[in-house]
Amino acid sequence: MNGSQILLECLKKEGVDIVFGYPGGVVLPLFDALYAEKAINLVLVRHEQGAAHMADGYARSTGKVGVCLATSGPGATNLVTGIATAYMDSIPMVALTGQVATSLIGNDAFQEADITGITRPIVKHNYIVKDIKDLAQTIKNAFHIASTGKPGPVLVDLPKDVFTSEMDFTSYPSHPNLRGYKPVCEGNKLQIKKAVEMIEKAERPLLYVGGGVVLSGASEELMKLVEKTEIPVTTTLMAMDAFPSDHKLNLGMLGMHGTRCANYAVQESDLLIAVGARFDDRVTGKVADFAPHAKIIHIDIDPTSISKIVKVDVPVVGDAKNILKEITSQIKKMEHKDWVKQTEEWSKEFPLTYRDSETEIKPQYVVEKIAELTKGEAIITTEVGQNQMWAAQFSKFKKPRTFLTSGGLGTMGYGFPAAIGAQAGNPDKLVIDIAGDGSIQMNIQELATAVKYNYPVKIVILNNGWLGMVRQWQELFFGKRYSSTFIEDSVDFVKLAEAYGAKGYRIEKKADVEKTLKEAFAHKGLVIMDFKTSREENVWPMVPTGAALHSMIDGGLA
Amino acid sequence: MEQTKIIAVTVENQPGVLARVAGLFSGRAFNIISLAVGETEDESMSRMTIVARGDEGVLEQILKQLNKLIDVIKVVDMSVEKCIQRELALIKVGVDGKSKQELMTVVDIFRAKVLDVSNESFTIEVTGTDEKINGFIDMVESFGIKEMVRTGTIALTRAKKTKKQEAKGESK
Ligand SMILES: Cc1cc2nc3c(=O)[nH]c(=O)nc-3n(C[C@H](O)[C@H](O)[C@H](O)COP(=O)(O)OP(=O)(O)OC[C@H]3O[C@@H](n4cnc5c(N)ncnc54)[C@H](O)[C@@H]3O)c2cc1C
Ligand SMILES: Cc1ncc(C[n+]2csc(CCOP(=O)(O)OP(=O)(O)O)c2C)c(N)n1
Repeated sequence: MNGSQILLECLKKEGVDIVFGYPGGVVLPLFDALYAEKAINLVLVRHEQGAAHMADGYARSTGKVGVCLATSGPGATNLVTGIATAYMDSIPMVALTGQVATSLIGNDAFQEADITGITRPIVKHNYIVKDIKDLAQTIKNAFHIASTGKPGPVLVDLPKDVFTSEMDFTSYPSHPNLRGYKPVCEGNKLQIKKAVEMIEKAERPLLYVGGGVVLSGASEELMKLVEKTEIPVTTTLMAMDAFPSDHKLNLGMLGMHGTRCANYAVQESDLLIAVGARFDDRVTGKVADFAPHAKIIHIDIDPTSISKIVKVDVPVVGDAKNILKEITSQIKKMEHKDWVKQTEEWSKEFPLTYRDSETEIKPQYVVEKIAELTKGEAIITTEVGQNQMWAAQFSKFKKPRTFLTSGGLGTMGYGFPAAIGAQAGNPDKLVIDIAGDGSIQMNIQELATAVKYNYPVKIVILNNGWLGMVRQWQELFFGKRYSSTFIEDSVDFVKLAEAYGAKGYRIEKKADVEKTLKEAFAHKGLVIMDFKTSREENVWPMVPTGAALHSMIDGGLA
Repeated sequence: MEQTKIIAVTVENQPGVLARVAGLFSGRAFNIISLAVGETEDESMSRMTIVARGDEGVLEQILKQLNKLIDVIKVVDMSVEKCIQRELALIKVGVDGKSKQELMTVVDIFRAKVLDVSNESFTIEVTGTDEKINGFIDMVESFGIKEMVRTGTIALTRAKKTKKQEAKGESK
C-alpha cells in the first residue's frame, strides 16, 4: 500500500467518516486515494479556514474528533485561525497538512511553509512524518492526544513522498506510544474528601461551571450534585448548554456580560466550586476583587489551569465526570434556603432585559423568538460580538453540545462554518448560526459548500450596520468616535443568498420576525435571514474592563 | 519574591523539542537564565537543564507547563533535590597592563586552568557552580575581559547515601 492508502486505513480505524478539506499539489496522491474511498466523505470547502471551523463544529456538536485537510503552504496557513480557535476552547481536532517532499524541506521550495513551526504555540501537539514507517503510529498518537485529557488540536504534516512511498501495512497500532503523556483522570481521594468537607461547611456555595463540563460529558453528574446539595450554578459562555437554562438554580452566565445575579452571587459566596473553568479575564473582572469572601475549590483536568490566575484552596486534578460523581456520592444531602432565596431576589430584581420596541426589531427579540420556537432542541452557533452575547443571554438550552461559540479566541467568521460542521454531524437537527453583519462576511464563501452538500443551515443575521461590539466600546470608552466601525448596508444578503442558490429573506418589521423564522425553519435548504435590527443597541449589563464583577453598568435599563 | 530554580527536563530526543521548550518560555514570557541540552545514558532521550527565574507562582507554572509538553518525559525541580551543579566558562583575559603573576594567583585560587596564552591575553577555563564562576569573573574583571562564553548550569541529583556515610560527611 502507499502512504495515502495507509493514511485512509488509519482514519477509518479511528472511526473517521468525514473530512473537511481542500486539494492542492502535494496532497494530490491523497485526493486520488480518496476518489476511490467509499467510507470517508470528503467535504470540499471553499477556503481552508472554513474546513478547520467545520471540523471544530463537528467535534463540538458530536464529541468526536473533527478532521480537516489542506495542502502545503497557503493551504496549511489558511488553517491557522481555525486551529487557534480550537486550541483556545480545547476542541479535539486533527489537522492534516501536505508538505513538500522530505528532500526539499528547508529549501524554500514551491508552496513550502514550516507549518509545524507556525502552529507550535496553537496546537496541543504536532508532528511531521518523515518516514512512511512512522505514519500509522503517528496517526494513532495524534487522535489519542487530541481526544484525551484536556482536548485540543493536533496537526500532522505529511510530506509528498510519504503519500507515495510503499509499505506493507498489516495492522493499525493498538496503543499510542507516548511515554511523556499521561493525563490524570481520577481525582485524588484526599483532595476529594477535603472538597466534600469544605462544601458541607459552606453557607453560600456556588458552582462556577465551565466548558470542561461539556468536554467531559459531565452534565448529568453536575445535575445530581446540584439536586443533592441545592447549590446554585453559574456557567461561563462555554458552558451555557452544560446545565438547563430554565433550572431554578441556574443563575445564568457570569462575567463581563453575565447576569447581575450570577456576578453578585460570585462576590457574596463563601465557597466557589469551579468545575472545568479557567478563570478567564472576561469572567473574573478585576482579579484582586474576584470572589473576595470565597474559598475556592478547582476541579480541572489540566494542572496548569490551577492557580494560574486565582490562587485556589483545594485543587482537584482530574476528569470532571469522575470527580463530580465521587463528590456527590460522599456528600450529605443539603439545603441552602437563605442563600437560594437571596439569589432568587437578585434574579427577580435584575433580570436580563432590554427595552423592546414596536417600531424597530430588537436583536434580543429575535433571539428570544428563536428560543421560543426551537425549545432548546436546535444547535445554535454564533459569530463574535454583540450577536454572540445576545445569543448567550437570551437563548434557552436544554442539552450539552448545542451551543457552539468561539470564546477563547473570539473568532469572527467561526459561526457559519461551525454550523456546517455541526449539521454534517447532526443531519436531523435544526442548526442555526446567529450572526452579525460583519462576522458573517468573514467566511461567507462557505455558502457554496453548504448548498452543494445540502446542509440546510439557517443563518440569522442581526444586522445593525455596524461592527457592533466595537462600536459599543467606542460609544462607552472612546467618546463616540466611531473610527472604522460603520459598515452600513453594503451587502444585499437576499441577492447574495440567491446567488449561491440559497433562500434569502430581508425582515424589516417586527411583525414579520416570527413568521419568517417559522418559514425558514420549515424550509429544506439553507436560508439567510437578514434582520434589520435597531442600529445602536448595546449589550447589557456590562462589567467595564478592569472593574470588579459587582460594578456592572447597564445603560439605565434597570 | 523572585527566586531562581534549576530544572532538569528529560525529553524525547527528537527534532523540534528544543523549539517547543524555547517557545514555551518566550510565548508565556517566562524568564530563562540558561539552558543546556545534551544526550543522556539513553540515546532516545536528551536532558535539558534549565535555570529559570520568577516568583513562586511563575516557577510553579513553568514546572507544570513543561510537564504538559507531550515530548517531555520527566521534570525534576533540582532545587528541592540535593544536587551537584556545574557550569563551565571560557574567559579570555587581557594581560598587557597588569601582572600575569597576579592573574595566575586568582586562577590557582579558583582551580581554574589556563588553556591558551599570548602576549595580550590568557584564555582560562573555570568550572563550578554559577556562584563560583561569577566570583571568578569579579576577580578577573579588572584585568579586562575580552571575550567570554558560559555553558549554562547542568545538574545531577546526588546519590542516596546511608546514614553512616552522611554522618561522615562523605561525598563523591
Ligand atoms: C465578545 C466576547 C465576550 C465574552 N464575554 C464573556 C462573559 O461575559 N462571560 C464568560 O463566561 N465568558 C465570556 N467570553 C468567553 C471567554 O473569553 C472565555 O472563552 C470563557 O470564559 C472561558 O470559559 P471556561 O472558563 O469555561 O473555559 P474553557 O475555555 O471552556 O476551558 C475549559 C476548562 O476545562 C478544563 N477541562 C477540559 N476537559 C476537562 C475535563 N474532562 N474535566 C475537567 N476539566 C476539563 C480545561 O482544562 C479548561 O481549564 C467572551 C468571549 C467573547 C469573544
Ligand atoms: C477575526 C476577527 N477580527 C476582529 C475581531 C474584533 N471584533 C470583535 S467583535 C467585532 C465586531 C463584530 O461585528 P458584527 O459581526 O457585525 O457583530 P455585532 O457585534 O454587530 O453583533 C470585531 C471587529 C474579531 N473578534 N475577530
